Amino acid sequence: MITFLIYAVIFLGVAALVRLAMVYQASKELRGEREENVSASENSWNAILFIVFMIALYAGYIYLIFEYSDALLPKAASAHGFKEGSIYSIDALMNINLVVVNIVFVVINTLLFFFAFKYVREKRETAEFFPHNNKLELFWTIIPSIFLAFIIIFGLTIWNNVMDADKEVLAADGSVVEPVVIELYARQFDWHARYAGADGELGMANVRYIEGSNQTGVMKNDPNSLDDIIVKSEFHLPVNVPVKFKIRSQDVIHSAYMPHFRAQMNAVPGMNTQFTFVPTITTNEMRQDPKVMRKYEKINLIRSEKGEDQVEFDYILLCNKICGASHYNMQMKIVVESQEDFDKWLSSKKTFGDSEGLTTKSKKVDNKLAENLEIN
Amino acid sequence: MGVAATANEGNAHIHIPHKEGFLTKYVFSQDHKMISKQFLVTGLVMALVGMGMSTLFRLQLGWQGESFAILKWILGDVWAPDGILSPDKYLALVTMHGTIMVFFVLTGGLSGTFANLLIPLQIGARDMASGFMNMLSYWFFFLASVIMIASIFVEGGPASAGWTIYPPLSAIPETIPGSGTGMTLWLVSMTIFIASSLIGGLNYIVTIINLRTKGMKMTRMPLTIWAILVTAILGVLSFPVLLAAALLLVFDRSFGTSFYLSDIMVQGQLLDVSGGSPVLFQHLFWFLGHPEVYIVLLPALGISSEVIATNSRKPIFGYRAMIVSILAIGFLSFIVWGHHMFITGMNPFLGAVFTFTTLLIAIPSAVKAFNYLTTLYKGRIIFTPAMLFAIGTVSTFVTGGVTGIILADSALDINLHDTYFVVAHFHIVMGMSAVLAMFAGIYHWFPKMYCKMMNNKLGYVHFWLTFISAFGVFLPQHFIGLAGIPRRYYENTAFPMFDDMLELNQLVTWFAILGAVAQLLFVFNFLFSIFKGQRAPQNPWKSNTLEWTTPVEHIHGNWHGALPTVHRWPYDYSKPGADEDFIPQTVPLAEGEVDEGAGYGH
Repeated sequence: MITFLIYAVIFLGVAALVRLAMVYQASKELRGEREENVSASENSWNAILFIVFMIALYAGYIYLIFEYSDALLPKAASAHGFKEGSIYSIDALMNINLVVVNIVFVVINTLLFFFAFKYVREKRETAEFFPHNNKLELFWTIIPSIFLAFIIIFGLTIWNNVMDADKEVLAADGSVVEPVVIELYARQFDWHARYAGADGELGMANVRYIEGSNQTGVMKNDPNSLDDIIVKSEFHLPVNVPVKFKIRSQDVIHSAYMPHFRAQMNAVPGMNTQFTFVPTITTNEMRQDPKVMRKYEKINLIRSEKGEDQVEFDYILLCNKICGASHYNMQMKIVVESQEDFDKWLSSKKTFGDSEGLTTKSKKVDNKLAENLEIN
Repeated sequence: MGVAATANEGNAHIHIPHKEGFLTKYVFSQDHKMISKQFLVTGLVMALVGMGMSTLFRLQLGWQGESFAILKWILGDVWAPDGILSPDKYLALVTMHGTIMVFFVLTGGLSGTFANLLIPLQIGARDMASGFMNMLSYWFFFLASVIMIASIFVEGGPASAGWTIYPPLSAIPETIPGSGTGMTLWLVSMTIFIASSLIGGLNYIVTIINLRTKGMKMTRMPLTIWAILVTAILGVLSFPVLLAAALLLVFDRSFGTSFYLSDIMVQGQLLDVSGGSPVLFQHLFWFLGHPEVYIVLLPALGISSEVIATNSRKPIFGYRAMIVSILAIGFLSFIVWGHHMFITGMNPFLGAVFTFTTLLIAIPSAVKAFNYLTTLYKGRIIFTPAMLFAIGTVSTFVTGGVTGIILADSALDINLHDTYFVVAHFHIVMGMSAVLAMFAGIYHWFPKMYCKMMNNKLGYVHFWLTFISAFGVFLPQHFIGLAGIPRRYYENTAFPMFDDMLELNQLVTWFAILGAVAQLLFVFNFLFSIFKGQRAPQNPWKSNTLEWTTPVEHIHGNWHGALPTVHRWPYDYSKPGADEDFIPQTVPLAEGEVDEGAGYGH
């Protein structure tokens, strides 16, 4: 009954509106007003509204910038993401881009709305016949071209550096720091991280080997597998050491997104992808960062209002490629710490060989099988 | 049939006496003006569906996990148990919203409407080259729309893998409920849609090349026609690639091939697939997908060029530069698709190449933006609702375009890829620009389509509410993206670090609701004006182009008597020495008068 009443009210409302509009339309005809003749007041009002809109737009934008500056990502915690005193980093490139982009945004929109306001019919006798001007057009072809050439060269320099999977870090004594090799293994809807262990080599793996507790399909008769260490829900990284990620997927495409490190790479089934970065700030140091502290103060305020637990800053790995119903909650915590703490944490974990009960290291890898399967 | 056969007979005294039943006039019409209206109405219905969906999932994003009676009422118990949208149906809504908006509204609806209406009328032709194929194009489009809508109601729901339907998610039904029957129907619908688009596109190209009236040189065509021509060429060259990609996906889904699949285990089951690559699909998809952006955008820019010139009472500034920009954008759009794939594991060198080609597009785009500004400069602007929307188009084109510079930079894309920053970028630059331009086109050519005028006052309110909500929805989304929130997330509450963005998400949802409500004004104005609007005069906007020389009432063949002869370019507004501030293209050049379109550098 109530539903029927609602429909009835809607129907009667629309009918009344139509009648009203018809009366209005008829009165307009009587006054001799035509839709194609925009009245002086309508025209002037719209011109003014463009200026009002412009002011409101910029005011809103500035408000958002101030209100939400802390809520955005803090400065990058990786060497390629942010480097003190250098412009060769993603954050520096981003900042330069943001400055230019904002200038273009403001200048062009301001001119647009201002022209709309200034050259309204009511203030003008005639329009100026100004069909083209080759010099002017050449000018605004060349200026963006120069700027873009700069952006392209700058951007690609950084891109080449970021995508270099064999980044080297030199220790204080000038020797090359050994990278940590980690496989990120994605599936619906969680992550595993597999450390290469003492030998620095990951054992071969393929989804065909998944059985029982061997959830990521590590090849048991590859000697390199035995000292691999597989962890879930949380993984640790040593600070200032290059981390080589090898990324693999079991089912659909996922994306390993680590926003604080300005790092992202897809996990593609049947294919190995990689990404290397050097974490530069430990989790504890990040928790002391003023911007991060302000952000978490606000977050904890919101959470306590909702009666939820208080939280601390943590690095995070999340999935950033639509992968199914629980895509929105496919995450893994990352802890960045000193080399000693990292070693202590890693040595407390069981190796793959131990957890699978594999003791002999003499088993030889079946190369032929590996070739046939195009093993990763 | 008669019209098509005589379409090119310029001098024949056209009056084709034949009986028209209801079916041949309103349903299986071969008259381009009727087909245009059919495309428009179908496109608008699809737009309302697509917009409605976005409002529903915005409710979830604004108040995450809260129960809404309206969700339960509209979506039912399966989609929204207890009034809370379920996660997989959230993805279903997002996917259908994207598919409907990109293909059915902004490709089929926008191009279909204005290409059909304007090509014959603005180049001086009796009708399209093939009226019959034109009719087929519409009915294929209609069929595709019906199937796409029907797919919402099948078991498991419609396709849910995102509008880009990346396999393996779209290929394996066990990975997400929507990849069952829903996905099959999606592929069937899109196959038919592509057929429609190809038939229509070929017809547009042939008509523009062959059926221009006497004196209508290429350099005298309105920019709308130039934009539609390049759009049609892009569509004809790129849609077949999507068709191929879709067919291979059908094979993978139904016939056991593995073009896109390799080494996959789902729910403990090892699939018998090897050797395929999901990245191959992305290459094929985006080979269409990127030109598609310009298939959406170019007609929008064509429309706004026309509307801005007319209502500024000034020639469009740099007519030739505008044509060259359209051609340059069209060409470049074919060699930039890889910028959607920087982080797929593609060779970094390829990434560098695509960064380079993508950033080049900013040059013709900048030229267009500056030319619009200069057209307004020292004009004598009349704010018809169409003019407001056209200015809005330029604003969103620039606002969304500039963030493209950031996203095109492969190094910056690493951190922004698939975040809300991308969502904000393409919704403003492609979505909003095209939607606003579509409204500009509807308000501007409504008198030509329905022989009636729309109400201006409602048009003004509609514009301002729409324009405000466009920025209200998408400006904050840049911030949400910079905070690192990925798109296609059902909720962000699984990550405490995003808690401080909840408020902003609510703001976005409020603006989305405002924008949706504003469209009801338009629907009312549109329907009311069709039946009760003021009768349109022949040339309401005092425009130069040929469509305004046709009689107000629609007739087959468009012009009584001979086809008009064109003597000048379409932008002689406020030309010094003329009596009025416009000179239609049919007016012969005065002695010693120079045709501005015929070439400069003189």
